[in-house]
Amino acid sequence: MSAHNPPLPAVTDPFEGLDFAELEMSLRRPRTLVSALLSGLVTVMTLVALVPLFSVIFMLVWRGGHRLSLHLFTQLPPAALEQGGGFGNAIVGTLIIIALATLITVPIGILSAVFLAQAKPESRLAQAVRFAAKVLTGFPSILAGVFAYGAIVLLTGGYSAIAGAIAVSILMLPTILLTAEDAIRMVPVKMQEAAIGMGATTTQTVWMVLLPTAFPGILTGIMLAIARGAGETAPLLFTALFSNYWPITNGQLHLMQPTASLAVLIYNFAGMPFDNQVELAWAAALVLVLLVLVTNLTGQALGRRQVR
Amino acid sequence: MPDVTTISQPPSRLQLFTDKTFRHLCQGFAWLTVISIAFILVKIILAGVPAMRQYGFGFITGTTWDPNTGQFGILPEIWGTLYSSILALIVGTAFGVAGAIFLTEGYLGEFVFDLLKLLHLHFHPFWGKLPLRIEDLLKNLIELLAAIPSVVYGLWGIFVVIPLIRPACNWLHLKMGWLPVFGTDLSGPGMLPAVLVLSIMILPTITAISRDALVSVPPKLRMAAYGLGATRWETILAVTLPTAARGVFGGVVLAFGRALGETMALAMLVGNSNKISVSLFSPANTLAALLANNFPEAQKKEVAVLMYAALVLLAITLLVNILGAFILQRASVQSTGGK
Repeated sequence: MSAHNPPLPAVTDPFEGLDFAELEMSLRRPRTLVSALLSGLVTVMTLVALVPLFSVIFMLVWRGGHRLSLHLFTQLPPAALEQGGGFGNAIVGTLIIIALATLITVPIGILSAVFLAQAKPESRLAQAVRFAAKVLTGFPSILAGVFAYGAIVLLTGGYSAIAGAIAVSILMLPTILLTAEDAIRMVPVKMQEAAIGMGATTTQTVWMVLLPTAFPGILTGIMLAIARGAGETAPLLFTALFSNYWPITNGQLHLMQPTASLAVLIYNFAGMPFDNQVELAWAAALVLVLLVLVTNLTGQALGRRQVR
Repeated sequence: MPDVTTISQPPSRLQLFTDKTFRHLCQGFAWLTVISIAFILVKIILAGVPAMRQYGFGFITGTTWDPNTGQFGILPEIWGTLYSSILALIVGTAFGVAGAIFLTEGYLGEFVFDLLKLLHLHFHPFWGKLPLRIEDLLKNLIELLAAIPSVVYGLWGIFVVIPLIRPACNWLHLKMGWLPVFGTDLSGPGMLPAVLVLSIMILPTITAISRDALVSVPPKLRMAAYGLGATRWETILAVTLPTAARGVFGGVVLAFGRALGETMALAMLVGNSNKISVSLFSPANTLAALLANNFPEAQKKEVAVLMYAALVLLAITLLVNILGAFILQRASVQSTGGK
């Protein structure tokens, strides 16, 4: 083919007639001004949203801190108009209720999670379990108390730590189950296949490969659930009720008696017209928040370790 | 080296037996989870049935609650539950979505980076990581709001929020009392302190879910908008937020479910009075607070009626939660391209 080039068009400047000053970012232009103002607005709103957190922490340290002493942990709650006192029984009661609730939830949650992680995706049962767990995540905590009242308190004929623990365990289950499933699913498939290739049975794979590898993640779920459970008040109000006495006397554990808890103590004392009780409520709130935050942060730190 | 045959051998009969047992055990526990949740729901529903038969639909439209005369109606509580939740949702959504935008747009990271640049530390092996670390810290701080127990928020509300807003509220009532929302004065517990505390409690849910939705908007879309010359906020309002809208909306609906079922902060702050009022400063009541306050001292007859109220609360929250989960599921299907 003979090269016959048409004459080239005259070169034109594509930027001709364009004012470069137009392209510069300037706050005098309404568009950029609106953008900057909105940026300022979200910054302020985010900072305002954090004010309550710092206010709560400051008030807890200020009003709860100066009452903090060893007496709080060794003495019983004071009667009206009485001075001094503590909430040792409420701390022990909270620990008992949480321990029982954890004992109930952990086996159910983890074994169900193992089933979910191993089940085929189209399994009807697995879908049902997941749906049920999601329904429970949004379950109002007071309704867990209503259930435990109807099912346990009316059945056993009295308020008890057991009824409280069952109510709290309903609220802990979804956290433990769903995080455990995620943690087990995050174990590399290769490791599982290697175990199966060695001739391990499913059970051996689960116990020797999946659970040990997923352990930090599972523990995170348990810690977060405990942190949530420890602060729950509504499910305890009419299941564990409250008590002015120690849950353990003469080395005997009274699980079938009304049991004190920090959360219910705060609720009861916050509404009282006595300064001593209000001060104790603040001190109890400080202890409860410390307990919850330490558990929560430990759990999160453990979880971060697994991701890496 | 040990003999190969001793390491690898077919599972023994005992191992096979344990395997089978364990698998059935896991399946059994999965069934247990489903059955116990079904049992919980059925138990609450059945407990409400006797009172439902006796009081019927009039229970929902009645406005008095008097155990002495046996008159029970929960319209004020239903009104209070919805009113407080919707108001808290408006405040919580505004601040929650603003927080999510602040977190995903990297304002804080940029600020710290610029600060480090002034000090010539922005590529320093330790200080250079500071912007990311601070953003992470902020995210965790907002999530910590959710970790504080609601009874502690209630205590804080009684002794901090109410005394703080009371003068302003009474001034508003005095000057603008002709507006129905300022129609009464704040004499202690009331709707506004409850709404404020409630909105703080649902804010972390909205921020966390909105943040996830905003982060999963493909960066290409944002870059395309910037490339066309859009400002940062033109991009956010026209591209990022609409793309993430369904995820954000799902988060808002889930937060609404949380607000409807929240008990302790409301029981301590809302004032527990059976009134239907649009005034922000008037005491009111909610279903969950009604249960928390009346259950511990209720007689047998009142317990049956409270079970009916619990049933109404269950119906409202289940409806809202299932709706929220459904929207979120649709949103994730949309963002993964229908996979």
